[in-house]
Amino acid sequence: MTAPTETQQLMSVRAGVLPGALEKAKAARDRRTYLLLLLPAILGLFATFLLPLGYMVKMSFDRGAPDGVIESAFTLDSYVRALSDPYYWQVIWNTFQMGIIVGVLCVLVSYPIALFLVRTRSRFRGLLMAVAVAPLLTSAIVRTYGWMVILGSNGLVNSSLHSMGLIDAPLKLTNNMTGVEIGLVEIFMPYAILTMVSGFGRLSSQLEEAAGSLGANGFQVFARITLPLSLPGVLASFLMVFVLTISTFVTPTLLGGGTVQVLATEIYDQTTGVLNWPFAAALSVILLALFGAIIAVYQRLTRKIGG
Amino acid sequence: MQQTLAVDEAPPFKPRRRIGRPAFGTLLFLLYIFLLAPLLIVFVIAFESNQYLSFPPQGFTLKWFEMLPSESIFVDGMKVTLVVAASVTVIVLAIGVPAALALDRYEFKGKGALHAFFLSPLLVPSIVLALGLVLILTPLGLTNTYEGIIIGHVAITFPFVVRTTLMSLTTADTSCEAAARILGAGAWTVFRRITLPLIRSGVIAGGIIAFIVSFDEAVISLFVAGSGLPTLPVQIFQYVSNSADAAVAALSVVLILISLGVVVVVERVMGLRKAL
Repeated sequence: MTAPTETQQLMSVRAGVLPGALEKAKAARDRRTYLLLLLPAILGLFATFLLPLGYMVKMSFDRGAPDGVIESAFTLDSYVRALSDPYYWQVIWNTFQMGIIVGVLCVLVSYPIALFLVRTRSRFRGLLMAVAVAPLLTSAIVRTYGWMVILGSNGLVNSSLHSMGLIDAPLKLTNNMTGVEIGLVEIFMPYAILTMVSGFGRLSSQLEEAAGSLGANGFQVFARITLPLSLPGVLASFLMVFVLTISTFVTPTLLGGGTVQVLATEIYDQTTGVLNWPFAAALSVILLALFGAIIAVYQRLTRKIGG
Repeated sequence: MQQTLAVDEAPPFKPRRRIGRPAFGTLLFLLYIFLLAPLLIVFVIAFESNQYLSFPPQGFTLKWFEMLPSESIFVDGMKVTLVVAASVTVIVLAIGVPAALALDRYEFKGKGALHAFFLSPLLVPSIVLALGLVLILTPLGLTNTYEGIIIGHVAITFPFVVRTTLMSLTTADTSCEAAARILGAGAWTVFRRITLPLIRSGVIAGGIIAFIVSFDEAVISLFVAGSGLPTLPVQIFQYVSNSADAAVAALSVVLILISLGVVVVVERVMGLRKAL
């Protein structure tokens, strides 16, 4: 923050000329200025963010019927249904399991790239970093579509395996959870890499060299020095991918082909198909709670890494 | 989602073992291929003459690209997407840059909380916000309208503008502003002539990211206007759910190139990692 010093400079310049009353007037003017600067943003976010979320939470306590009739009430019906019906338990479990699997796999495939990007002194480092992150700015739909082509029953993987004579019937890699998980691992890799590269600040070449010169072999150096030092970054990265996975909608819908039921797809069905908005709202609140809990852990963790 | 660590200052590691290096190199290469696979494959199909994917590719063609301008759903979708993204960008810059300025240049109570509030839309799943928006826009009759989609995209793009602008503001040298003020320039003149040029890169990067986030956004648009005023990503989503042919690949290539162009610009302006 450079602002205070600047203000102090300004004040010391003016102090000789200005009596205290003018100082007070300046403080009042400052107050008016920053309120004016902040007001549009506060109002804008209130209307487009807080209000919709608040209204959704309120509606989750209303009473809904499948035909779209909503009765204003204060009832826990929707929550009780979401948490007692075995089908919705399965949906919540599917969501959770998908988050864990995608999180673990994504961390595994991102770790070598992150480690490389932190260590390398190649002149291509900047380029390789940009290539690793650039997919973030391409639409997830486009990348999911790419995976549909790769994994489909006539897709790249199956036709290659078939022409090599390795399989007779195509492997079922789309329209099921396997395909969704493969796609999501790739789609969230840039996030995992970015989080790890940021979290690997404590890795130090000196420690590894010291271990090496004391006689540790490559594997020992990795297992005893590199891995433990990188674990906070790995955990942060896992949590990040987990929350992104449990709330994603596009990929489970497209690669799942209607057979993968997770919270996000269920919220969409309840909103646009069944028209039971209070129930959709209750599912969203459950998703939000799960999401918020993990994010809180994540932020404590990253603060620890940072400090 | 903070990526602010000084990894660049860390001294580079010395290679320890010669034996492990080719294996590690191969592993890295394969992982990069995996990461880029869907984008690469989309490029291959877009120029492939055979409608269905086959390997090796049968022949080169531009016919899928030539089809695009006559496909009305894509043209209409593109129009909606561009109008929305441009409007959203203007709105979030207009409310985000002043907010960042207030956060950086003034001291007041509750500043930390306000900062957290401004970035909080990044911490809410877009499907949850999408549902909230449907619930509130439906009684107002704003579903399936431009206004509805634009309202829906404000919250998710706003944090990026605040973040990039703040980053420029904290690094900008403030002595020029003080000098201008002492020389008698008014607040607006100081902002326009001194501050804005100083923080230009952050404002531009924020605006570009806001544009591209809105441009690629599908979930909120689908909920709010999927049935009546589909944006391009929504069109592709609905198209791909039914059939996946090469015309979508050509369209995807167009979108990827637009996004990549943006990546290059943001990287030039302020560095991609800082901006995201």
